[in-house]
Amino acid sequence: MPATWIFLFVLALAVIGYVLGRRKAMASAGGDGRLMHSLPSYYGYNAALFVLVPALLVLGAWLVAQPMVIERSVQHMIPETAYETSGELSLIMSDVHRVASGLETAVTTGQITAPQLEAMQAGSTDVRGLLGSVGVAVGSDVDAVTLEAAKSYRARNATADTLRNIVVGLLALAGMALAVLRTDKDYRARNSVEKVVLALLILAASLAVLTTLGIVFSLLANTIQFFKLYPWTDFFFGTTWAPSFGGGSELGILPLFWGTFYISLIALAVAVPIGLFAAVYLSEYAPKSVRSFAKPLLEVLAGIPTIVYGLFALLTVGPMLLTAFGPDSVGWMSGGTAVMTAGLVMGIMLIPFVSSLSDDIINAVPQSMRDGSYGLGATKSETVKQVILPAALPGIVGAVLLAASRAIGETMIVVLGAGAAARLSMNPFEAMTTVTAKIVSQLTGDADFASPEALVAFALGMTLFVITLALNVFALWIVRKYREQYD
Amino acid sequence: MYDSPALENTVDTKDIKISANNVQVFYGETHAIKDVNVAIEDKTVTAFIGPSGCGKSTFLRCLNRMNDTIDICRVEGQILLDQEDIYDPRVDPVQLRAKVGMVFQKPNPFPKSIYDNVAYGPRIHGLAKNKADLDDIVERALRRGAIWNEVKDRLHAPGTGLSGGQQQRLCIARAVATEPEVLLMDEPCSALDPIATGQVEELIDELRTSYSVVIVTHSMQQAARVSQKTAFFHLGNLVEFGETSQIFTNPVDARTESYITGRIG
Ligand SMILES: Nc1ncnc2c1ncn2[C@@H]1O[C@H](COP(=O)(O)OP(=O)(O)OP(=O)(O)O)[C@@H](O)[C@H]1O
Ligand SMILES: [Mg+2]
Repeated sequence: MPATWIFLFVLALAVIGYVLGRRKAMASAGGDGRLMHSLPSYYGYNAALFVLVPALLVLGAWLVAQPMVIERSVQHMIPETAYETSGELSLIMSDVHRVASGLETAVTTGQITAPQLEAMQAGSTDVRGLLGSVGVAVGSDVDAVTLEAAKSYRARNATADTLRNIVVGLLALAGMALAVLRTDKDYRARNSVEKVVLALLILAASLAVLTTLGIVFSLLANTIQFFKLYPWTDFFFGTTWAPSFGGGSELGILPLFWGTFYISLIALAVAVPIGLFAAVYLSEYAPKSVRSFAKPLLEVLAGIPTIVYGLFALLTVGPMLLTAFGPDSVGWMSGGTAVMTAGLVMGIMLIPFVSSLSDDIINAVPQSMRDGSYGLGATKSETVKQVILPAALPGIVGAVLLAASRAIGETMIVVLGAGAAARLSMNPFEAMTTVTAKIVSQLTGDADFASPEALVAFALGMTLFVITLALNVFALWIVRKYREQYD
Repeated sequence: MYDSPALENTVDTKDIKISANNVQVFYGETHAIKDVNVAIEDKTVTAFIGPSGCGKSTFLRCLNRMNDTIDICRVEGQILLDQEDIYDPRVDPVQLRAKVGMVFQKPNPFPKSIYDNVAYGPRIHGLAKNKADLDDIVERALRRGAIWNEVKDRLHAPGTGLSGGQQQRLCIARAVATEPEVLLMDEPCSALDPIATGQVEELIDELRTSYSVVIVTHSMQQAARVSQKTAFFHLGNLVEFGETSQIFTNPVDARTESYITGRIG
């Protein structure tokens, strides 16, 4: 019986538990809801949760643990003489898995019976033919070791499955019995349900935090590995980025970091004023009719995939800038890909971000603030400048920093718009590249994950992570400082 | 101390500051103010009384065009300030509001320091010649708002950090700092203790020497104490308007009498 069935069984028990719990509570109160501690449905939910929570927790843990335990015990059956490296062992084990699943199919479809399977010998039976007939193709004849391992693998799995179903089923029944027995009109079902809700919320919150930690740790190991191979001073203070997979690369982060910073700066210089003014217009000046179509229209911009913006940079903005600043005019620009191209397009991408968030924040400023200002004879723009924007500032700072994080993390527009040359230069019309674009290029292709040229990607990622984190902390600090002053 | 100064102030004929003729106000389909005619005199305190929801705030907001900020609100009829129609398209509502100041029913200090709250109006209208001048204006306004002693040591603390009653007095100070010709006050004392109320009433009495004040109040005693004229609103109608002494001692309309004696409201 696969796990789905026992899962459905537990669900069914939960429904029964709901009905029983609710009915018992009602009965003990003589059908008068006012005598009960909680609403009738709470007794039902309480019983259902007693069934579900322990049973499903155990089921989940079991599903994770069982393959690991069985895998390990079957591995011991393979004699150490049969393989030399762990790679060979895992090849043998994948054969075992395939043979085992083939045998399982053969038994369930009735090709052979269980006792026949027990008696099967590698030499005497045509195992390969049998497996072929149930749709599992095996490269060579199945040897005795593999067949024995597969048989044992199948048998252990079957036993473990049965055991699991019994344990989970009993647990669900016990939960139901306990809950229903405890139910009477004075039982505090509402509080008990509340506790489960709290636990669920904590679980969700800690999963989010744990994932973040997990991401950091997965980067950390590789980053440390990188710094063992490459001196950190050269990484952080090196001004040349010249990886060569043959060895002797120079992996200085500064040119990449400068590229990221420069492009983000231009993007924010475009997006923040335009986005903010658009938000002020939409929330303070625009008539309802304009607002109702302009706001969704602006938000459509936010839904465009960044690769499309990248194409826009490559095909439209780059050539346009080249005609304006290229060799035919002032000669500042030598090719379409440049910091300016990527920065402008990224800025356009961020406008809806800034404007939509700021618009919401400005709308949240209470009308009484506006009334107070108008009542003193202030004009619209005075009111916006002196009352509304200061009141909305913490939120707007947040919106801008969110936009900055996106700019720092953006990759596609950089690849297509800014070029791939790592360079330290002040000229915004030169091609440059960013940290994220280089992470991609260092990890694509058949890179060997042990060389510093590939591992540097993790160090870059980690640095970027730390910088974004610092940016967010800084933003929080600004917002809090401002709040203290005004709220 | 406050027993009916109105009774002693026999009002001689004064100039009409604001006159409203056949004013109707609609919120969408709701007819909130029905055909109101009223003449508000200069250098006089006029009280608007009436049960909750009868349209006192609505009518008050017509007098400085604050209703313009409400989309669904529509005002008909004529309102003259110094003989000029304030709803004339040529009139700039911003200029009008500088002349006709307002204290709102709910205190609404800006999220700025106490000083900046009061200095807001003088700054945008350029009333102060220099910093010292502005300091003077702020101090005088805070004193008139009866809050100077409480805030003089923390002028740069946020105005939103004050208590509800303090905030209301700050808003009064903010409104008088711009030196309006008419001051509209919507229940300015509803969150104040008797001492602060007394101080605000003194301020109103003092303002009367140079300005015209309109005050909405739910306190009959307050209306009797501070006002010379009283208007009684009921269900959007102006039921009775006249000398405060006459309204409180000898009302003409039966509804007015029921309200001031506490039978409707
Ligand atoms: N913004 C608005 N939109 C729609 N209707 C409104 C609005 N403001 C007021 N009204 C309606 O207009 C009528 C008069 O309201 P108003 O605020 O003028 O009463 P009020 O006399 O000031 O009452 P209170 O003493 O409770 O302050 C009420 O029926 C109210 O529901
Ligand atoms: Mg009101």
